[in-house]
Amino acid sequence: MEIVYALAIGVLTASGVWLLLRPRTFQVLMGLSLLSYATNIFIFGMGRLVMYRPPIIEEAGATDPSLYADPVPQALVLTAIVIGFATTALTLVVLLALRGLTGTDHVDGREPES
Amino acid sequence: MLLTLIVLLPFLGSVCAALLPANARNAESWLSGVVTVACMALVASLYPQVADGEVVRAIIPWLPQYGLTFYLRMDGYAWLFAMLVSLMGALVVLYARYYMSPEDPVPRFFSFLLAFMGAMLGIVLSGNLIQLVVFWELTSLTSFMLIAYWYHRPDARRGARMAMTVTVAGGLCLLLGALMLGEIVGSYDLDEVLAAGNGIREHPWYTPVLVLVLLGALTKSAQFPFHFWLPHAMAAPTPVSAYLHSAAMVKAGVFLLARLWPVLAGTDEWFWIVCSAGASTLLLGAFCATFQRDMKGVLAYSTISHLGLITLLLGMNTPLALVAAVFHMMNHATFKASLFMATGIVDHETGTRDLKKLCGLRYRMPVTATVAIVAASAMAGVPLLNGFLSKEMFFEESIIAGSESGLRFTLPAVATLAGVFSVAYSVRFIHQVFFGPPAEDLPRRPQEPTRGMIVPSALLVAACLLVGILPSRTVGPLLETSMRSILGPDLPAYRLAVWHGFTVPFYMSLVALTGGVALYVLLCFRKKTMVPTPLLSRLDAKRAFDVINVAIVRGAGRLARFLFSRRLQTQLLLIVLLALGVAVLPFLVTEWTRGDMPLTPPDPLFALLWIVGAACAIGAALQAKFHRLAALIMLGGAGLVTCLTFAWFSAPDLALTQIAVEVVTIVLFLLGLRWLPRRLAFDTVDRQTLRARARRTRDAIIAVTSGIGIAALSFAALTRPRQSRLAAFFFDRSVEEAGGRNVVNVILVDFRGFDTLGEITVVGIVALIVYALLRRFRPAPESIGVPRAQRDDVLQGALPERLDDPLPRGYMKIPAVLLALALPLVRVCLFCLLLPGPR
Repeated sequence: MEIVYALAIGVLTASGVWLLLRPRTFQVLMGLSLLSYATNIFIFGMGRLVMYRPPIIEEAGATDPSLYADPVPQALVLTAIVIGFATTALTLVVLLALRGLTGTDHVDGREPES
Repeated sequence: MLLTLIVLLPFLGSVCAALLPANARNAESWLSGVVTVACMALVASLYPQVADGEVVRAIIPWLPQYGLTFYLRMDGYAWLFAMLVSLMGALVVLYARYYMSPEDPVPRFFSFLLAFMGAMLGIVLSGNLIQLVVFWELTSLTSFMLIAYWYHRPDARRGARMAMTVTVAGGLCLLLGALMLGEIVGSYDLDEVLAAGNGIREHPWYTPVLVLVLLGALTKSAQFPFHFWLPHAMAAPTPVSAYLHSAAMVKAGVFLLARLWPVLAGTDEWFWIVCSAGASTLLLGAFCATFQRDMKGVLAYSTISHLGLITLLLGMNTPLALVAAVFHMMNHATFKASLFMATGIVDHETGTRDLKKLCGLRYRMPVTATVAIVAASAMAGVPLLNGFLSKEMFFEESIIAGSESGLRFTLPAVATLAGVFSVAYSVRFIHQVFFGPPAEDLPRRPQEPTRGMIVPSALLVAACLLVGILPSRTVGPLLETSMRSILGPDLPAYRLAVWHGFTVPFYMSLVALTGGVALYVLLCFRKKTMVPTPLLSRLDAKRAFDVINVAIVRGAGRLARFLFSRRLQTQLLLIVLLALGVAVLPFLVTEWTRGDMPLTPPDPLFALLWIVGAACAIGAALQAKFHRLAALIMLGGAGLVTCLTFAWFSAPDLALTQIAVEVVTIVLFLLGLRWLPRRLAFDTVDRQTLRARARRTRDAIIAVTSGIGIAALSFAALTRPRQSRLAAFFFDRSVEEAGGRNVVNVILVDFRGFDTLGEITVVGIVALIVYALLRRFRPAPESIGVPRAQRDDVLQGALPERLDDPLPRGYMKIPAVLLALALPLVRVCLFCLLLPGPR
């Protein structure tokens, strides 16, 4: 399980970084999305891989945290997902505005001279 | 408590003054007058205590565990200065009431004047070094506002900027020096610092501390080579000049030097640095003042020169010189402020301050002329006036200090020469303005001003006379109290008297007086060559300041061009590389191994899931350029797999959030696709060039390295046991304190509720920005062609040519039917989700 999980993060990151370095706005945006998936899974993985034990307390009273998945990374990732969405939306709109202002979808706002 | 009130009152008054209407000249003056007089009365009421040698204290703890308290203390020296500041404040307020014209927005003026006064009192009464620096910078800020009061004038803006740059830079040096001083002593408490003199002088940090503190003090007191800001600050209204540039702000520097005199003085470094700065300023200022054309210019350079005199005295390392310095600070404040006020009167009544145009005013303004003549005589050091006393003391100390340091003739000669120039410019100032035939071509017909303007000036001149004739009866006790608080039992015996006999200083005074008059007469004969300043007109410190300014800005630009790229690709590349480098560091320090936790057996279904996920991610990466829709679908696939992973590993909340966000993101992207230009693989020709290939290879290597690195890192982390103390905390309290069983939810809405609030705010702001940007900047419809599919449909006749016409029946039938079927289902699902409610 751990190997698959780690590889998954690796593949998502590699694709994300590759796209991030491309010259077209759409590619960069896709790269950002992929990279945020990778980051979220990575942070989530810091709570270790726990199956069938969501952090929802069944009965009141003293509870043993080792019986449940770690809630802290989950809370962090929940925040990260929402903020990541906001960032992606903002970037998308900024890139659209760039396209509207400059007429090109190159990240520098003009086609490279070569 | 009284002390706190003294500092607080002006600031409160400042806020009130700012709130009054713009034309409330009288209300403003009354308010400011009451505040300043109240401050003065409060200070005066503390004199009995201070005279007994007691130190009045007020301590308000702020962060006591870091040694930070709001600490005010008043000893004799602080009392003297507090009195000076509040008394001058009161006089200047009275003067300003009549000086400011009804068109000027007075709330701003009085508000900043009071704030400045509060800051100045804060400096004087601070018992904590850091606090002192804070008030110090506050005076710089408020003086910037006051100098730039007539901000429509470019010279005012420029002078304000220059004054602020110089004094604030000095203030930063002072802060550093204060921090180091506090570090040496182990406390920022002024009492403890003053008690630790020997320790500080022997500390290896002594020289840097000295240099930093001196940089702060010398910039504030306009000492050479930082003197140039003061003449340009004369663009301020004259009450401001009278207050800031004679009595208060420029005195802050020498005040601090005298305050720290017991701690920092007494070494060779102190002597040479302070004395050379003081002596060169003294000469330079006196020399330049002789050749100014503007009345305020003469006074500005003369102030510089007198401050140099005080600095020189402070640098001489003898207690008597310190006494003389403090005495001269008081004397200079009185006669210079009254001269500034007289200048303001002349300017106000005639409309000009040009010495070439002004002439013979004594016929029309006899009272003003008398006041100005007495004040200028004090400045020149004429006997029976206060300037004479302190100048005499200065001559005497220059002889003593000169013989002790091997400058037996140099120091007395410098002192006498400066005396000659100071007499010359005083005589010139008076003679050209008030004597000679009455001037004819003045912008306004001169007449005696209202009483309100002449009274403050006259009061100050009366003080000059009183102190000059009866020094030991008037200012003697005050001076002694203040000196005792600095020097303690070491206070040497001295005598304030008008007549000391035929001593060397007396002859020096005589030489200065006769020489000065002779110099002026000589210069009158050669009037044609007088302006601009001979010898020094080419050495323009202001120009140097500008040149340095421009050089700094240009240098910053060059540095930015060197370090920074405007191309996003380069920036992103650098960021990724930097992150990679930082991530590699820990691998170099500690060995990377897998942890000792046993691996969970791989589930083939999960592996299959991620084979699909990985294929989607790679596919999206490869197709994002030419097949955007396909790439978007694959991105959705990768997101879905991520969502399933959350669900798989016991995080239902994450899975739900992820799927919701995923859907919205994809919809948003789909909307955005519409605006992007069409791109086909064969459209671009440069894909096969060597450079393009090299670039792609480089990026691929970076991407793969990042991927491998992060995979290794996660694997290492995943195989180590989990250690979380936080989890236990949340599990223990979630039901009892927050009343929720879902711990993740409880963390978000309860324990970290404010974070979530911030997050909601962020999302809200982003929504606003998205709305605004799309409204304003989206690509114009004309710039985007009709999509290809739509165009084909038009060619085949399935769509009308004009898009506004109604669509033909049956167009896009299949999607419409699908949606009609799916929507009720979706509604039912949503309703089911809604039912469980807040659990």
